Amino acid sequence: MKSNSFSRANPLSLLLLATSAMGFGQTITMTLTPPMSVMGKRGSTVAARIQARMREGYHCNSNSPSDEYLIPLKLTWAPSAAQVAEIKYPKPSMEKYTFSEKALSVYSGSFEIVTNFKIPADAKPGQSMVTGKVKYQACDERSCLPPKTLEVQFPIIVE
Amino acid sequence: MNRLQQLGAAVALCLTLTSCVPEQAVRAAVKEAKTRKTAPDFTLKDVNGKPVKLSDYKGKVVLLNFWATWCGPCKIEIPWFKEFETTYKNQGFAVLGVAMDDEGWEVVKPYLKDKEVNYRVVVGTEQVSVLYGDVESLPTTFIIDREGRIASIHIGLISKGDYANEIKQLLTGESAKPAAAGY
Repeated sequence: MKSNSFSRANPLSLLLLATSAMGFGQTITMTLTPPMSVMGKRGSTVAARIQARMREGYHCNSNSPSDEYLIPLKLTWAPSAAQVAEIKYPKPSMEKYTFSEKALSVYSGSFEIVTNFKIPADAKPGQSMVTGKVKYQACDERSCLPPKTLEVQFPIIVE
Repeated sequence: MNRLQQLGAAVALCLTLTSCVPEQAVRAAVKEAKTRKTAPDFTLKDVNGKPVKLSDYKGKVVLLNFWATWCGPCKIEIPWFKEFETTYKNQGFAVLGVAMDDEGWEVVKPYLKDKEVNYRVVVGTEQVSVLYGDVESLPTTFIIDREGRIASIHIGLISKGDYANEIKQLLTGESAKPAAAGY
């Protein structure tokens, strides 16, 4: 698959994220950095890389948890000028915690979620915003926090 | 090494060991009766739709456990609480689970069946969570004495032994022994 992307950290999106995640009594355990923008030609496929970082001491379930009751990490995109072709989650690590009898499929530290967007051949040249949501559920060694949803946003520029 | 140096070394070792006592053991002690605050009352429905009022448990020692089906550490505690319910029920003890799942009974009911939970469970609300200090981390467990006062609070997983010690202490009025480390 041909990929063409241009991305830089987006300070405005970071601010929006922090604001959206700061509910009353809500502990923030994940920060997301979307690309500053993604650029591509009509008919091409572009990759948008979202950098995620878990707070020290916390992990979240991967997109395919090892227990049916655990809540997976999930990225979803609102309809936009570009079509979602594929969402690529990183390879999880299998970690054993004091509260689990078996190793759990988790993400911790820094990781990246890549989305391939297909720009339709008849897309109008110009810039439009793409909005997504990352739902995750985090735990540390002894306790878990309720599932949270963070918003990500970045402009996609059609050449 | 003279006797004074030996004594100093022994004291230093004791201090070191004391500082290395597992956190669980330190947390095992319940609050003194005069410092305990009344557990906020609430009424929530159980799996059969029957209202459950916390103040109706007055006269019993209650283990009030905030949990959720998606919470791994909570899952570890369930067999312990089942055992406590069976062992101490006739001595005036009860476990009351407050499930904090947003989806409510839709997910909680099958989970209770799957885990064969033998104690009463209600589905929590934001209001009840706020009453208990805006419960966010799960599990969060309150041990309530026979007078309806909060004797201890545990945020996160502790050991089965710690819970057992506290329950026994409150049931008998005796001092609890520090629990062994581990789960």
